[in-house]
Amino acid sequence: MSENKIDNNCLSFCQPSAVDLEKRDFLVKATAATGAVGVAAVAVPFVGSMLPSERAKAAGAPVEIDISKLKPGEKMTAEWRGQPVWIVRRTPEMMAKLGKHDDQLSDPNLEVPQQPEYCKNKSRSIKPEFAVMLGTCTHLGCSPNDNFVATADWDGGFVCPCHGSKFDLSGRVFKGSPAPKNLLIPPHEYLTDTTLLIGEDKKAEA
Amino acid sequence: MATNKKTIAAGVLDWVDTRFPLTSTIKGHLTEYYAPKNFNFWYFFGSLALLVLVLQIVTGIFLTMNYKPDAELAFASVEYIMRDVFGGNIIRYMHSTGASMFFVVVYLHMFRGVIYGSYRTPRELIWLFGVGIFLVLMGEAFFGYLLPWGQMSYWGAQVIVNLFSTVPFIGPDLSEWLRGDYLVSDATLNRFFAFHVIALPLVLLGLVAVHIVALHEVGSNNPDGVEIKKHKDKETGIPLDGIPFHPYYSVKDMVGVVAFLMVFFAIVFFMPEMGGYFLEANNFVPADPLKTPAHIAPVWYFTPYYSILRAVPPIGISQFPGVVAMGLSVVAFAFLPWLDRSPVKSIRYRGKLYKRWLTAFVISFVILGYLGTVPGDIWGQFGPWLGRADRATVLARICSVVYFAFFALMPWYTKKDQTKPVPERVTYK
Repeated sequence: MSENKIDNNCLSFCQPSAVDLEKRDFLVKATAATGAVGVAAVAVPFVGSMLPSERAKAAGAPVEIDISKLKPGEKMTAEWRGQPVWIVRRTPEMMAKLGKHDDQLSDPNLEVPQQPEYCKNKSRSIKPEFAVMLGTCTHLGCSPNDNFVATADWDGGFVCPCHGSKFDLSGRVFKGSPAPKNLLIPPHEYLTDTTLLIGEDKKAEA
Repeated sequence: MATNKKTIAAGVLDWVDTRFPLTSTIKGHLTEYYAPKNFNFWYFFGSLALLVLVLQIVTGIFLTMNYKPDAELAFASVEYIMRDVFGGNIIRYMHSTGASMFFVVVYLHMFRGVIYGSYRTPRELIWLFGVGIFLVLMGEAFFGYLLPWGQMSYWGAQVIVNLFSTVPFIGPDLSEWLRGDYLVSDATLNRFFAFHVIALPLVLLGLVAVHIVALHEVGSNNPDGVEIKKHKDKETGIPLDGIPFHPYYSVKDMVGVVAFLMVFFAIVFFMPEMGGYFLEANNFVPADPLKTPAHIAPVWYFTPYYSILRAVPPIGISQFPGVVAMGLSVVAFAFLPWLDRSPVKSIRYRGKLYKRWLTAFVISFVILGYLGTVPGDIWGQFGPWLGRADRATVLARICSVVYFAFFALMPWYTKKDQTKPVPERVTYK
């Protein structure tokens, strides 16, 4: 009964010979492609939701640091984007030793852009007395410890507790360390003689 | 009266069976699933893995009732569970011990598969699903370890997420996307919580289901590595060397469960930190982004791969080769079905050559595992003749080479190996 009914109502496209396979194939592919575009469009907000939020971006804004109380030979740690930024006030003795171990360094001449252009100089700083650098090891992001006391074969610097990377007081990495690069110098500038702005610099923007 | 009751029960079952394959499922997977009769000690660990999975899910659900996935509150909420929630310390230690025991059981389960050739045809898919389970498990362990928000949680996550920043070109953006911030922060904790309690468990359950369905489709391998389906009873079609999973192996596995739980609860009650291997001391200190612990080491089950990561020297300024090697060392297991060219499956019928390679691999794996828990300079440096390299690093490099050679040379040495004749039927005493 039902079979008869279908037969009676059947139009020409019911018969296999009349099926336009090329058209069907095209429609299947077009539908799949449209679906794929839809999936990609839906993925945008989901993938994007995992990016740093507006609040996280705002928290990453530049910070002002007062360095007037930093004594020679001391280090202070500021926080920028939740990461430690070191400001080391180097004594003349410390600075004198900096040029003497270039042969033991991986990148003594700062070929790798780990610093803004204005810090690509001998002291790796704007003012030679003050070294500014990000206190996270370039190996796997640990925070190296101070080891400022110079000995016969150590001119003072930083040693990473995780995998033993060694850096000098300019944040330059010693050969043989797992860390591949010198410590990163964040963009910074002096607002006054004793106020440092970390995270932004007019020079880079200009 | 009694007959009447039975009729009612049978009637209910009949009613269900016409609507849902209850009886046929029980038969197919339990009472009429025929497993080889020569299973030995090694065959406990599959069912034990399932047991630990259930333990982790149940204890996890109860931990979620009091845990707070918030960088400000997380650490304190875990301590709150430990001190103020009735039974909280037991539940938390069951969960943390369960994580380590999961890996103990899974490593032994995988080793069983390796020595008896359980990954060989026709069980390649079972093995691949298993590797998938292993990978997801590693993800579960990693994401879960951040949740207590201790120092080791924090810095471990920092190190691992930074691995992604070594990927050429997109690396830094990729790790920023994974963290959802410029450093491991509240956003990271929140998403890791989501991955740990919902995303990965769902994937894990799905993979476990297909792992078992695929196993029950082709049938279990056995210590002899022969197919029991080759010799079936002519009338019943039941493998001659097969016995029904239930009651024979369900009862056997119960013995394993009891023995396992004795060990498990001995750890939970008397040494939940396992001397720093299951729970690291530094993780009882709240996370501090400005202070790195003196020595960062992953939990023991990750250390072999972590050692390989550290052993590979950077190319130029790129850490990427080490990261690739670490990834490969985990994924390498997936290729076993196609690397093994031996005519036999089980170690019982393999020759000396294979056994030597396997022994070398196991020793390397254990040494790498140990080295991953200690600082690279623990044994000091070699003299200038070896460029003052760390002794431990050199050993890790040698072991890494052996580790990869076990896989890379497998097609060669399994073919060359002098194998012994394989019996037609399983051997059984």
